[in-house]
Amino acid sequence: MAGTDEVVIKEGVEEDTVEAVRSLGGKYKYGWETDIEMDYAPKGLNEDIVRLISAKNDEPEWMTEWRLQAYRRWLEMKEPAWAMVDYPEIDFQDQYYYARPKSMETKPKSLDEVDPKLLATYEKLGIPLKEQMILAGVEGADEVPADGANSERKVAVDAVFDSVSVGTTFKKELEQAGVIFCSISEAIREHPELVKKYLGSVVPQSDNFYATLNSAVFSDGSFVYIPEGVRCPMELSTYFRINAENTGQFERTLIIADKGAFVSYLEGCTAPQRDKAQLHAAVVEIVILEDAEVKYSTVQNWYPGDENGKGGIYNFVTKRADCRGDRAKVMWTQVETGSAVTWKYPSCVLRGDDSQGEFYSIAITNNHQQADTGTKMVHLGKNTRSRIVSKGISAGVAQNTYRGLVSMHPKAKNSRNYTQCDSLLIGDKCGAHTVPYIEVKNNSSRVEHEATTSRVDEEQLFYCRQRGIGEEAAVALIVNGFAREVLQALPMEFAMEAQQLVAISLEGSVG
Amino acid sequence: MAAVAQPKLDALSARLAGLSAPEGGKWARAARDTARARLEVMGLPAPRDEYWRFTRPATLNAPEPVPATVFDHSGEAPVFGAIDRLKIVFVDGVFDAEASDPLALSGVEIEPLDEAARADIHWAREVYGVLEARGQNPVERPFATLNTAFAREGLVIRVTGKAAQPINLIYRHASETSDALIHHVVKLEPGADLTLLENGPAAARLNKVLEVEVGEGANFHHVRTQGRAHERQAVTHIFARLGRESTFKSFTLTVNGLLTRNECVVEMLGDDAVAHIAGAAMGDGSRDAFHHDDTVFVTHDALRCESRQVFKKVLRNGAVGAFQGKILVKPGAQKTDGYQKSQSLLLDEDSTFLVKPELEIYADDVACSHGSTSGAIDEEGLFYLRSRGVPEAEATDLLVIAFLADAIAEIEDAGIAEDITGRLEAWLKRRRG
Repeated sequence: MAGTDEVVIKEGVEEDTVEAVRSLGGKYKYGWETDIEMDYAPKGLNEDIVRLISAKNDEPEWMTEWRLQAYRRWLEMKEPAWAMVDYPEIDFQDQYYYARPKSMETKPKSLDEVDPKLLATYEKLGIPLKEQMILAGVEGADEVPADGANSERKVAVDAVFDSVSVGTTFKKELEQAGVIFCSISEAIREHPELVKKYLGSVVPQSDNFYATLNSAVFSDGSFVYIPEGVRCPMELSTYFRINAENTGQFERTLIIADKGAFVSYLEGCTAPQRDKAQLHAAVVEIVILEDAEVKYSTVQNWYPGDENGKGGIYNFVTKRADCRGDRAKVMWTQVETGSAVTWKYPSCVLRGDDSQGEFYSIAITNNHQQADTGTKMVHLGKNTRSRIVSKGISAGVAQNTYRGLVSMHPKAKNSRNYTQCDSLLIGDKCGAHTVPYIEVKNNSSRVEHEATTSRVDEEQLFYCRQRGIGEEAAVALIVNGFAREVLQALPMEFAMEAQQLVAISLEGSVG
Repeated sequence: MAAVAQPKLDALSARLAGLSAPEGGKWARAARDTARARLEVMGLPAPRDEYWRFTRPATLNAPEPVPATVFDHSGEAPVFGAIDRLKIVFVDGVFDAEASDPLALSGVEIEPLDEAARADIHWAREVYGVLEARGQNPVERPFATLNTAFAREGLVIRVTGKAAQPINLIYRHASETSDALIHHVVKLEPGADLTLLENGPAAARLNKVLEVEVGEGANFHHVRTQGRAHERQAVTHIFARLGRESTFKSFTLTVNGLLTRNECVVEMLGDDAVAHIAGAAMGDGSRDAFHHDDTVFVTHDALRCESRQVFKKVLRNGAVGAFQGKILVKPGAQKTDGYQKSQSLLLDEDSTFLVKPELEIYADDVACSHGSTSGAIDEEGLFYLRSRGVPEAEATDLLVIAFLADAIAEIEDAGIAEDITGRLEAWLKRRRG
């Protein structure tokens, strides 16, 4: 495969830049691993493994059956091949489907009882699991007074380590507001009526190949329920960490916003640097009832593989929000910088009248990364509105594809969609692709779609360089400007991190 | 490669049962045999094919065409009638020498396909089935391959200089059960210039392929209107290969027709070439169904080429319009300028517009964009006209013409563009009664 040394170097590019490209593989900040004793389920996948995962989570019989049903359906399904991604065949029998730190065998009652090694892991990732006022690791977060309310900002965290949830912060305070925020395994035990009612109602058991696999083997994930009329008092966040080798992570997130509720939810993820690719197949389901609103933001920073395309995470994710009630609102924001291969389409089903869906995405691929990502806006209700802003940035020998669907059903009268997807190419070995589907079945709705593909503007670059800004810094600046519509949609905690990530991911890509 | 689905092969064998291989000399036999071998590997389109997502291939696949009533044009001036042109007539897909002008035109050599096919050696072998075969990757177009293997009718045209007149191919529909396979080959030598006009429904069912090799610095202009017969069905393909500094411009007007699938595959191989592909469609689903599908694939494989796709559809009473367009920019095709526009005007609640505008880009110094919109008629424009005393139906028609003007503007020759606009106006007026 073409390495960085085969990239044609443009005149005037400094040797430092070229060096930076070469060493980019080593720049992944979260590539270390935690040396901790683990319990594994035996390698491979069969009905016994599915039963074992269910048993480890102390699940009731109905849940075990639900998983087995999914597993049987999965056996009959074929891995999808339509995405513009290319990776060696995955041997689903050569994986561990369950890995739990030994110290988590008996569930710690509070964060004080959690293995210090695990706490240290999250500390090092910048996500200390103590009930602190603001999310640490975000430099400058405390310097922004904004509306003055900043000093009161709190973020509750659910930390998932390989297959288990390590702990959830601020539980008491959330309980007082009536908010349920816990791991999904706990919810299955403690709130079976809610789980039974909503699990699989947005992403059905056998929705697609990876979602079906997830339905069978999901080990943990987060559960959120915001009761009627409650505005969640703080931002909720889940941090996913893959640590064990040869282990797939299959988390399941279920968020329910009851009538008139509001929640902002953040998701982050990292993994150690390894030669062998690892699988991550998650499902996120969001149910939004009348007048409720959910904001879901992701900074996806799984290990992307080294500069020769070795290792990295295969990120095959199904995310879908169902605006079930009238005037329900959902906003997906994603910054995709990690993973070797990404296959992800956070979608909105706009069922309720006057419901609203928004999707803001920045996908950055460098080196050998491949991303096929986008959204689906399915307009079913009257006066529904959706907006898609997608920015794809491709560097190195990476491939970046936007794939999306906007569908206006005959009954979705007076609906509106605006889509803008722009791609930026850095270097002449990478690719940027756009595959939108638009289906309009009534005439009172308006659909507009625009897409452009271009390179970093020479004039803008020249302007920056002329003012003494180094070439790489200039490109990062231009890219940040290019992506600002998406960055602006992020909650403040993430916006800062995302801006830095944009710079890191592009470091060394000039030339 | 994945195994071909059985329904595709079944559809093919059903279709082949009713077809016989044409006679021909060495070159034609070789081209047809290769095509048949290629076809047997791919089969015919099946309903679940991604490339046939928006259009059902069943009636195009079927061994027999669905009978179609012959449309009565009496009282209408012939299309392109005002233009000084060389007329060549096909009736139900068969060349009619008596109804045609003599096949003689300064700067051009014209031969019926069956004549050219009888020779053992002919220049046409460099183009016939060759461009079609190149157009099969990365997406298969089996109807075109079927055409290459079985078409007896068509023209073989070589343009050596500037053609003295436009060539007008007139396709008359006479029999209600006609099933036409037409295959034309056009080769423009370096610096040559030709305008090709096509009009008429051709047959109850038409499968037509046009292969065009545009040499260095040559110009090819193509304007067609696809017959107003309500019940006709058609699948057409254009395969074009462009040399350095050449120009290819193609415009299609479609009004009526149960089912139309127009594919256009353009490969830009020479630097600084220009390709404009445009289409205007106006469909009313109230009398019979109207389903119109434009499928375009433009490959940029040279420096500084420009491509434009402009497709406009006006749909009413349950009409369906589809557009699948793709711009592929190959590695190294720097300074590409690619543009794609697909728009629909839905005149009532029942019509459908389905779009897939794709970009696949492997070069960084390019400017490629696409835009797609769909919506109802502009209320403000309508109000403006009505407030000035224009009746609603007439005001709507004015806005329809204005909406289609973008696509019509892609026609190079102002006289022809005017003819097309005039015709549209007349048809709309007639419709109002």
